[in-house]
Amino acid sequence: MEHIRLPKVENVKLLDRISHRRRRVGTLYLTATHTIFVESEAGVRNETWVLHSLVCSVDKLAATPSGCPLLIHCKNFQVLHFIISKEQECHDIHLSLQRLSQPESYDELYCFSYKPNVDEKERRQEWDFLDLKADYSRMGLPSSLWKLSPVNQHYKVSDTYPADLFVPESATPPVIVGSSKFRSRGRFPALSYYCKDNHAAICRSSQPLSGFSARCLEDEQMLEAILRSNPCSDFMYVVDTRPKLNAIANRAAGKGYENEDNYSNIKFQFVGIENIHVMRNSQQKMLEVCELRSPSMSDFLEGLESSGWLKHIKAVLDAGIFIAKAVAEEGVSVLIHCSDGWDRTSQVCSVACVLLDPYYRTLRGFMVLIEKDWVSFGHKFSHRCKHVVGDPKEVSPIIDQLLECVWQLMEQFPCAFEFNERFLITIHNHFYSCQFGNFIGNNQRERIELRVHERTHSLWSYLWANRTDYTNPLYRPNHSQTQGLLRASTSPYSFKFWKGLYNRFDHGMHPRQSVEDYLRAIQEETQQLEEHTGEGLHYIREVILILWLITVHSYYKSKEKKKIPPGCFSAFDKSPTVWAPGNNLGLANTPQDYTGGFITGSPCQPKGPDSILLPKSTNQISDASFSNGSDQESGIADLSCRSPLSEDSTRDPDSDEAAYSAA
Amino acid sequence: MEFAEHIKTANVEDVVLRQPLQPPSRGTLCITGHHLLFSDREESDSRQVLLLLRNIDAIEKSVENLTGYSGFFSNASHSERMSGSSGTITMKCKDLRVLQLDIPGMEQCLNIAHSIETLSCLDCVSAMYPFFYRPVDLSLPEQWGLSSPEMHYSQMKELYEKWRLSTVNRDYSVCPSYPPAVIVPKSIDDDTLKKAAKFRQGGRFPVLCYYHKKNGMVIMRSSQPLLGANRKRCKEDELLLQAVIEGSDKGYIIDTRSMQQAQQARMTGGGFESKSFYDRWKRFHRQMERGKALQESLIKLVEACGDESNNMDRWLSKLENSKWLSHVQNALSTAGLLVECVERDGHSVLVHGSEGTDCSLLISTLAQLIMDPCCRTMEGFLGLLEREWIQARHPFQQRCAHSAYSHARLQQESPVFLLLLDCVWQLWRQFPLALGFSEALLLRLATEVYASDYGTFLCNSDQERCALEVKERTHCLFRALLRPTERDYYSNPLYERTELAIWPSVHPQSLQLWKGYFLRWTQQVRHLEEAQEEIRNMVIEWGKLARS
Repeated sequence: MEHIRLPKVENVKLLDRISHRRRRVGTLYLTATHTIFVESEAGVRNETWVLHSLVCSVDKLAATPSGCPLLIHCKNFQVLHFIISKEQECHDIHLSLQRLSQPESYDELYCFSYKPNVDEKERRQEWDFLDLKADYSRMGLPSSLWKLSPVNQHYKVSDTYPADLFVPESATPPVIVGSSKFRSRGRFPALSYYCKDNHAAICRSSQPLSGFSARCLEDEQMLEAILRSNPCSDFMYVVDTRPKLNAIANRAAGKGYENEDNYSNIKFQFVGIENIHVMRNSQQKMLEVCELRSPSMSDFLEGLESSGWLKHIKAVLDAGIFIAKAVAEEGVSVLIHCSDGWDRTSQVCSVACVLLDPYYRTLRGFMVLIEKDWVSFGHKFSHRCKHVVGDPKEVSPIIDQLLECVWQLMEQFPCAFEFNERFLITIHNHFYSCQFGNFIGNNQRERIELRVHERTHSLWSYLWANRTDYTNPLYRPNHSQTQGLLRASTSPYSFKFWKGLYNRFDHGMHPRQSVEDYLRAIQEETQQLEEHTGEGLHYIREVILILWLITVHSYYKSKEKKKIPPGCFSAFDKSPTVWAPGNNLGLANTPQDYTGGFITGSPCQPKGPDSILLPKSTNQISDASFSNGSDQESGIADLSCRSPLSEDSTRDPDSDEAAYSAA
Repeated sequence: MEFAEHIKTANVEDVVLRQPLQPPSRGTLCITGHHLLFSDREESDSRQVLLLLRNIDAIEKSVENLTGYSGFFSNASHSERMSGSSGTITMKCKDLRVLQLDIPGMEQCLNIAHSIETLSCLDCVSAMYPFFYRPVDLSLPEQWGLSSPEMHYSQMKELYEKWRLSTVNRDYSVCPSYPPAVIVPKSIDDDTLKKAAKFRQGGRFPVLCYYHKKNGMVIMRSSQPLLGANRKRCKEDELLLQAVIEGSDKGYIIDTRSMQQAQQARMTGGGFESKSFYDRWKRFHRQMERGKALQESLIKLVEACGDESNNMDRWLSKLENSKWLSHVQNALSTAGLLVECVERDGHSVLVHGSEGTDCSLLISTLAQLIMDPCCRTMEGFLGLLEREWIQARHPFQQRCAHSAYSHARLQQESPVFLLLLDCVWQLWRQFPLALGFSEALLLRLATEVYASDYGTFLCNSDQERCALEVKERTHCLFRALLRPTERDYYSNPLYERTELAIWPSVHPQSLQLWKGYFLRWTQQVRHLEEAQEEIRNMVIEWGKLARS
């Protein structure tokens, strides 16, 4: 490709982010789609793959005697610190990567060249996997109170809205069009969620163009219509998710918020979520704290506080709880807006839905939720995630905050969600990776123009196909925790720092043993045992444990181990950007830097019993049952090549389980 | 009963009890010498709350006279006027529970409050509840505790070659805080030990606390050497330490004070092992918070957890300001250093601070958990606690007299043991399959250490326990915890023994607030407990099928 000035550099060092004393030496390759680092030490086969579209920034630091440092920050919070011996090479890599990581047009995006081994018919079916209309009919729509309106069929009323929208039965096209003219970007009030038990609805819009005194009869009628679509209630809430000051400032620009005197029977409320610029800066500050090399507890907590990040997460969750309670407990309909109604509004709608409806806490339900509140209602993914070169002020981690709110809820209610943290992190990765077409562009109209459904693959069916990886073994749909409205706590102490996402690649920080993986294995085995009692049971147990071992391995070691040159991806499922928290798990369970460099002597630790190797027969069984997947093979290969490392008592969750299966 | 003088009102009807996670209930309150008993009026589900008075850390009372004024009238009309009054007692417990009693009648309320205040902090150890606790299903055991230094030594055959059991302290004369038998190098005789003991604060001369089977290296424990301002030395102490590293090129000393603190200690007669006299020992200084500062840290943290302002900045700032998590980080990282010395670097280590009864125990206990799989089973862990904290003497009575709510002036209180439990909890979070016991055990210990039916945490030393016949007249908690029913409840269903060291991560991101303890009485923690129950059920279900 024309942008690659230098396809390969040898003798490159990759420093460990936490402890710079740990470094790996290898070869750096640039391909059309990835940066690949291949460790060249004998006996160790270790590759690090980074998708160009995930690269957020590339910085060349001042040269040092040992070489020229190149720092790569990724949008999935991976940080790679390379040292390239020759300055000229570093320069070339730097320039190439800068260009490769900043596509100038949509056509350069990875999703248009990503061609897994799937035929066209199946690819089309991927896009039929989720159907929003089905979700609306699940809610009981259309009904005598709400109807599907064709008014935006050709995106003429609002070019950032979807074509299919639900509006109150009594809202006539002139009212809708009139209302849309009184709203920023024509984003008139439309239905987001409908609770069929008590007829309360969540509607969304952009801000009204009220200025200091402007009124719009149709807009007032529109709200009246929403109120009337909830026969049990004599008022409705209008929630402006902005801080009051911001909303007032908007009035000077001819925008603003609803005047309670002009709209009959509304209760108006601000909830004070900050704007995209504040959120961007806040996340930046928080990431700087995450990147501190060896912070003290005080440094960390002070940094976390001054970033304000958790405060913002709490604000979003608080707003969601307010709305969920209004709907579930008061049976009152709510209209939510912010300025344009595609950032804070989407967040708050989604959080309220997750709290209200157990369906959105299932795997499929959560996908539907993102598709509904974010993709179809025009969250500007390509701007916010910087898919292509553009205004840096448009970038903001709004969607990250949704995932984090859900994660915080999962931490509070371990049995309430069908999916796990891995699911959220994988979705996060693909908001940014541009590997799938789902989040390309800023709204439905743009995606149709880009012919995304004809040219790319869908993340949702990929996730569904791999759903066993993303299932929470503790999910109990009938548990008291999970019934109806989630009564979440927003006491400050309920919020935790999400190291699983923001320090995702710092393997040393994460728990070394996974309860979830263990439970999943038990769960599978229990199911199998229930099915097959009696004969062959022993054999089945063994096979299951082996299968499980292999899957665990492929989570942790799922870097593709294919031969270079890459760029050709034959396997659909395990692509390089897939879940891969531990490509150097060998380093995970080793001492941390407790000594501050006091003890530098070479380890003289006697070798313990080597429980890492699987029995040979086990290897054979698994090879026989899994000859098709390259990853499974690499899992085994890694098992056997890990033994040289056992001298520093390395140990990882999977090897614990190796002992477990041998028992 | 001698408690009667403190109980003016033993029974009150029509009391309302408010407690966390439950609706208020109305019933009868009863005060006994050791307990507060509340029985619900509804006979159907007759809920009872039995609370050890010892568990109450602080009370607040407010009385309200509904008739408007009280006071200077004759006795007859006095009680009539009182009948319209009522009072509220808020009890803040050492297990961090906060209970509230609404009591009709001002006088009754004041009487009850007075009884609670007096009886909850009686100083007399032999009047405490463990001496009266006689459950039907437990008989006083022949042997109190799980093991003894003698039994421990006899089970460790690896020790026989180079180490011996010394009974130099059989009458507690050499070191009042040591048990009668200790393990020391074979080549060192009792006279040398006596002299070395004189050179160590409180007579706590270096003794063996852990032998690492993989490489024969050991952890020793002691108090600070008494160098003083004029740098005294003691040949016998040097000899003793020399004998420890016989056959090895060097040893490490981990001093749990900063270099500066250790130097300052010389002014008051203490000090540290100087390079010139202990030339084969390399010293690390790791400043660890202890004493009052640690107690204040706990008080601040508990205060922060109870803050209802709902403000994120304020919470994070208070959490940081309490420094509790910094202490957790520091303890785990110092223990990590100790393990690195023994396990990776292959050398023996001596741990001490000043007295050698707080941080030294904390560090050596954590190090053993990290290194030794035998300490990670439930028996192993309780045995470890018994060796390090009961036998080697942590002054529990002084350290745990009060917890975070008390208004009493701080004396010797310090939550070192609680800090240990928090660190163990962090280990369990990071290695959820590696420990044989569950969070519930840690919570139980955290409660029992402040107020208990058992005698295990009474007194400050083995000597005091003998004097009061604790071992004859009370039950042992550790033994009770190992009864089959209790054991099932406290075991970790996911436990899979691993032989290797479990190196904890000490990054701030890896350490968390121990919600199970500090936010124990909130709905949120209930959800987490329910999840643990689900995990247990899954494993049981699987176990049943796998066995069938």
